Amino acid sequence: MQIDFSYVIWIPAVLLVSFLVVGLFGDKLKPMLSGAIATLAILLGMVLSYTAAFQYFLSKGLVDGTYQTFIPQNWEWLTFYDTLVIKLGVMIDPISIMMLVVVTTISSMVHIYSFGYMKGEKGFERFYAYLSLFSFSMIGLVIATNIFQMYIFWELVGVSSFLLIGFYYTKPSAVAASKKAFIVTRFADFGFLVGILVLSYYTKTFDFQELMSPGNAAITNMTGISFMGMSVLSWALLLIFMGGAGKSAMFPLHIWLPDAMEGPTPVSALIHAATMVVAGVYLVARLFGLYVLHAPDALAIVAGVGAFTSLFAALIAVTQTDIKRVLAFSTMSQIGYMMLALGVSGYVGAEGLGFTASMFHLFTHAMFKALLFLGAGAVIHAVHSNEMGDMGGLRKYLPITHITFLIAALAISGIPPFAGFFSKDEILVAAYASNQLYFWTEWAVAGLTAFYMFRLYFNIFWGTDRDYEHKPHEAPFSMSFALIFLAIMTSIVGFIPFSQYVSPNLVPFTTHIHWNVAIPSIAIGVVGILVAAILYLKPKATADKIANAMPGLYKLSLRKFYIDEIYVWVTHSIIFNSIARPIAWFDKKVVDGSMDGMAWITNKVSDKTKGLQSGQLQQYAFVMIAGVVGLALFILYYLN
Amino acid sequence: MDLSNIIIMRNELSLIVVVLLLLMAEIFSSKNARYMLLNVATGLFALHTILGFLPAETGELFGGMYRNTPLIILMKNVLNIGVLVVLFQVQGWLKKPENNNRSLEFYLLTFSTLMGMSYMISAGDFLMLYLGLELATIPIATLAAYDVYRMKSTEAGIKLILLAALSSGIMLYGISLIYGTTGSLYFNEVMGNLQMNPLQILATVFFISGLAFKISLVPFHLWTADVYEGAPTNVTGYLSVISKGASVFVLITILFTVFKEMSDAWQPLLIVMAVVTMVVGNLFAIRQQNLQRFLAFSSIAQAGFILLGMISGTTYGMATVIYFILVYVFSNLAAFGVVSIVKNATGKDNIDDYNGFYSTNPMLSMVMLLALFSLAGIPPLAGFFGKFFLFAAVAEQGMYWLVLIAVINTIVSLYYYLLVVKAIFVVRVDNPIEPVKGEFLARVGLVITVIGILVIGIYSPIFEWVQALSFGL
Repeated sequence: MQIDFSYVIWIPAVLLVSFLVVGLFGDKLKPMLSGAIATLAILLGMVLSYTAAFQYFLSKGLVDGTYQTFIPQNWEWLTFYDTLVIKLGVMIDPISIMMLVVVTTISSMVHIYSFGYMKGEKGFERFYAYLSLFSFSMIGLVIATNIFQMYIFWELVGVSSFLLIGFYYTKPSAVAASKKAFIVTRFADFGFLVGILVLSYYTKTFDFQELMSPGNAAITNMTGISFMGMSVLSWALLLIFMGGAGKSAMFPLHIWLPDAMEGPTPVSALIHAATMVVAGVYLVARLFGLYVLHAPDALAIVAGVGAFTSLFAALIAVTQTDIKRVLAFSTMSQIGYMMLALGVSGYVGAEGLGFTASMFHLFTHAMFKALLFLGAGAVIHAVHSNEMGDMGGLRKYLPITHITFLIAALAISGIPPFAGFFSKDEILVAAYASNQLYFWTEWAVAGLTAFYMFRLYFNIFWGTDRDYEHKPHEAPFSMSFALIFLAIMTSIVGFIPFSQYVSPNLVPFTTHIHWNVAIPSIAIGVVGILVAAILYLKPKATADKIANAMPGLYKLSLRKFYIDEIYVWVTHSIIFNSIARPIAWFDKKVVDGSMDGMAWITNKVSDKTKGLQSGQLQQYAFVMIAGVVGLALFILYYLN
Repeated sequence: MDLSNIIIMRNELSLIVVVLLLLMAEIFSSKNARYMLLNVATGLFALHTILGFLPAETGELFGGMYRNTPLIILMKNVLNIGVLVVLFQVQGWLKKPENNNRSLEFYLLTFSTLMGMSYMISAGDFLMLYLGLELATIPIATLAAYDVYRMKSTEAGIKLILLAALSSGIMLYGISLIYGTTGSLYFNEVMGNLQMNPLQILATVFFISGLAFKISLVPFHLWTADVYEGAPTNVTGYLSVISKGASVFVLITILFTVFKEMSDAWQPLLIVMAVVTMVVGNLFAIRQQNLQRFLAFSSIAQAGFILLGMISGTTYGMATVIYFILVYVFSNLAAFGVVSIVKNATGKDNIDDYNGFYSTNPMLSMVMLLALFSLAGIPPLAGFFGKFFLFAAVAEQGMYWLVLIAVINTIVSLYYYLLVVKAIFVVRVDNPIEPVKGEFLARVGLVITVIGILVIGIYSPIFEWVQALSFGL
């Protein structure tokens, strides 16, 4: 039977067209029409993605017990030499299909939601153009057949993220945040690029399939070359991971994510919670075969960074008062889970549980975190503030938002039967099998997660009413539709038997719930919720008292462990003063000086030789003859 | 004479038919019918262009005096498209009352030169080459002097014809030396009989000098500025794109085949000319105030870049040259298209006149931006890849110092291209050029060029295809 996924290319193609149409002609169209075009494009993409997913997982993907990889298209885009070819194509395998589903689902919901949220905003059509650009880029990244294509689209999602964070470009804080996000991730991408270059220098290929093909001699060769205590392959993979860590806001490259909340809330849901920030996880998963089989030392670092970030971010989230920032740190913490799961995973059969769990958590997290953000958006929409202090008692006014938010909060806290429980459980099982320290850390983080999430929930929806300017009102239908849809997803996707579909070596395996891990994890989740309920359900001063009892710790967490300040100190005092200034001097005096000198000489010579062009025909003829004679003499002389 | 294979010459035959038809129409038509005839003529030529894309036979005719290869057919098609774009651009100008009477003449002369170029490209011996060259040159001089009542136009025509005569004299001298030392004018026979004796070296120098005049390489470039400025805008476009492109093509194919054995002589010659041409073209372009003159000097500098690809003598080098011609044709024609639309509507052609152009003519400004960026070599436009491949061809030979010179020259050229961009986009004035709208066909021409710039830049198989047709020493 002919197996053909060639229609997948239409997903990015339609989005690109939508971006061009809305981007170029958006200001001439009615705003609603622009939004409708973009939404139709992404809905079409969603339908195609679901079709592909059903076709792949349920009938065509599994051949002889192994999931096949399909490459319906792979065009040569730039050919420099036979060995240096950059291709653009479509790669269909379990994780790319899964990501297609995630990206198009969340993006569709965000498109629909934004009809209500962004209504009447200046630049409505610009917003939808950017959304199309982002969705296009993200899908290009997901379906990349080679690491260079991935890098190209990686930068494109970076640009879209930059544009969307700075959407309210008249607001200085938004502009600063967009710049910060761009610079930090670009800095990380520098590592990514160097990693790509190192990897391809030795392997002579960018292609994922060639890189991963068993018995690739160049890879084995790379593991043999040692550089500063690690193999060259480990270095390359670590540098690539640096890019992933930047995008996925892993410590210490996380500082841009909280500030990125300056963007419109639907954007935070789409880019900074569900899709783009997990690109780093996807990247490691994409190259997982290399990490796990050839560079376990690099993989161990991935695990360590993931575990640390998940704890670190959860500690900060506990004290934040801006609801979007709480969610941002929670995102970092959850991505830390995913990275850790990848880091502790093996390759074959049930040992690959970590990989599966990581992808599973990526999938479920996208659903419930997008739901949380969109719910937060509905709250912000209703009370016109991001601060927890301005909220309270909203469950009476926003019933739909309340219920859906509660579902998402239960999901992220790991309470069955919601999606988060299943994926988090698998991660904990994988961690338990690998390293007890990791397991207990993540167990504690699960408690913290439940606590800060319900601190958020109780502060928003319970407690006393504030004196609202006008009565808070439930979100319009477009917004509540997205909330309900995602709430349903959050409730059911946990039951997907993920290990049947996604595994590191493409061979399905079976898992079941490990109650010895699940029960403690549910317990700590319930404890977290209870503590939050005691402290925040009724307005009491207990929470403040606790905070006042340990002012140092509280402040440390509130100020995000002063990482931003450390960055500022390092960049301003060390880099600017001791490195940048001498370079600037050199640049101004020596580099610019020589350039200015060249320009000056050019100008002078140009001025002096103008006379040659006199307009005199005789002179022209003379120069020609002299030229011929001169050239002839030159050649005869040269050859002797 | 066996004429059964005459179909090989299809391109020229169809051009001859068009020319004869127009000649008849010119004689017998009434004055009122001219306007309509112009459209018919354009249509006929469009048909001719399309015909060129039908699968064509390759082979030789007239005992090897005429030949057709896939590469030659490609080149002719490019020239046809270029001429079609020029014809589109020229409509507004030809339909002015003072030109209306003799507008068909313009077509006749243009087609004659195009035919000359076709023969020149297809030539299999020096005689044919020379005849084609003359047919391609003399009518251009009349085209340059088309505005007979404008002093500068007449001056351009006179200068061109006199200097062209001188250069073809030099070239003919070279050809006679070749005939004298080898006893033949056929490329195939000459090819094996050149062995670097001094007379043949002289012949090579003279021959290259003759073509260098057409390509306006330094020191044979002095006519360029005066003629480009004086001639009507569209004629300048024609001269700097079509005529130059054809000559470059002839130069590279002949150097790579006939003068194969003489490569030790012409390689250093080309290096010297390339460096001098780039530098002089750039230095002079910086100073120009008149846009037409500016484009003239920029095209001299571009010719210097083109030589870089020839120096290597490899297949890759040839492919880079042909590819660059493709890029150059579309980029330069786009620039000239905008200039001619503006000049027809307002009579303005100084760079200062374009201050604030973007505020009134955003679309034309964008086309100009694309064209200039492509000429300057900014990715991802075609011009970037064109230059990149040329440099790569040189670097492949290990001549990094030459690449360095070329890169420095690219930077200088970036400066003056950006001066124009700055005038258009950045400078604000109270009274910019009012909104102008070109003829319908002129706008179609611009669309064709823009598509060319974008497609050639992004669609990489074009280069591979060119490379497959190319050959080395």
